[in-house]
Amino acid sequence: MPWDRDQMAARAALELEDGFYVNLGIGIPTLVSNYVPKDYDITLQSENGMLGMGAFPTEEEIDPDLINAGKQTVTELDRTSYFSSSQSFAMIRGGHINLSILGAMEVSETGDLANWMIPGRLVKGMGGAMDLVAGVQRIVVIMDHANKAGESKLLKKCSLPLTGQAVVDRVITNLGVFDIVEGGLRVVEMAPEITMDEVYAKTEASIVV
Amino acid sequence: MKKVYSAAQSALDGLLFDGMTIVAGGFGLCGIPENLILSIKESGIKNLTIASNNAGVDGFGLGLLLQDKQVKKMISSYVGENDLFMQQYLAGDLEIEFNPQGTLAERLRAGGAGIPGFYTATGVGTKIAEGKELKEFDGKTYVLERGLKADLAIVKAWKGDEQGNLTYRKTAMNFNPECATAGTVTVAEVEELVPVGTLDKMSIHTPGVYVQRIFKGQHEKRIEQRTTRAA
Repeated sequence: MPWDRDQMAARAALELEDGFYVNLGIGIPTLVSNYVPKDYDITLQSENGMLGMGAFPTEEEIDPDLINAGKQTVTELDRTSYFSSSQSFAMIRGGHINLSILGAMEVSETGDLANWMIPGRLVKGMGGAMDLVAGVQRIVVIMDHANKAGESKLLKKCSLPLTGQAVVDRVITNLGVFDIVEGGLRVVEMAPEITMDEVYAKTEASIVV
Repeated sequence: MKKVYSAAQSALDGLLFDGMTIVAGGFGLCGIPENLILSIKESGIKNLTIASNNAGVDGFGLGLLLQDKQVKKMISSYVGENDLFMQQYLAGDLEIEFNPQGTLAERLRAGGAGIPGFYTATGVGTKIAEGKELKEFDGKTYVLERGLKADLAIVKAWKGDEQGNLTYRKTAMNFNPECATAGTVTVAEVEELVPVGTLDKMSIHTPGVYVQRIFKGQHEKRIEQRTTRAA
């Protein structure tokens, strides 16, 4: 059984370590915050200028001056600090954030990441993604193993314009967990009942045993 | 020198011209200089180059300046919330220069701090680095990005005093402090204009030297993504 979105997010939560400062991307990565172990001290960074991001507000708590990088209303915590955009990216680019979990369109076997534009389609912009992959200590991608046409999103070489070159450390897909290593992808773990044959059949990137 | 003005229109008097470059604070619709944007729309100036993280939404924020095609070029990291923007872009009426968000912030910071360029790893190996100088430091490749300055900076703060000292509130700070430093002239709109000496001197985010004109505005503070949990 391949993992569903929540199971992928739960698996990604195992990447967290007590005391980590973490930036979560939009989409499935946001769900990871639902699976943080209770006894862990995790601080979420939001690149619009907040460290220590809280839950969504109740109707009474809504504050238009308090949003996350997805422009959603959020709340603050006792530990929260606010800062400007250059300060926010100083901590990102400067390697002070331990982990970023991001979505992707394609990942190559050398750790290239493409997640910001499809040529010929409307380009909305990269936001903070290029800075995150260039600066954060460890980059974990969560994405489906295949696209809607059934083609592998783990490739020998990305076909889409890159967000970063050789930046991805680990990929979590609905089929399993894969590390970017010398020579290709190393299978770290497989979802229940997924076989190596299935992984080989559905992966274009080289698999290192 | 008196910095206090009564409203956006008088605060912008004599500063606006066709073809100028403007930097604007704000992230999405959070912490945007609503009053100044509206006044720039009413002025009718055209051929603007505007650097701001986003381009507003249809009919609000910087999106207002698109209605009469006042903008020639946007420098932004993300413009996905604006249909009119996309129409004008696809029709070739509007140019876009995408900057990674941290690069845009640092370009403004550097520009305001007298630093004409800086090297960053952000964008190396991507379209963003094409045509730009690359340099290796300690075995890693970086790309040269330029500091960014503007004819005018428009910012929004929470409280400001008559000397132009500013404090921002929560995530409405975002790009405002960087923009405030990058303008040849900086105009600030605030929610509360307070007498000199009443702001906590240790909590001033933007020192008054960066701000030439200031006024108290009216702020709608529209919310882009109202997301809640059950009480």
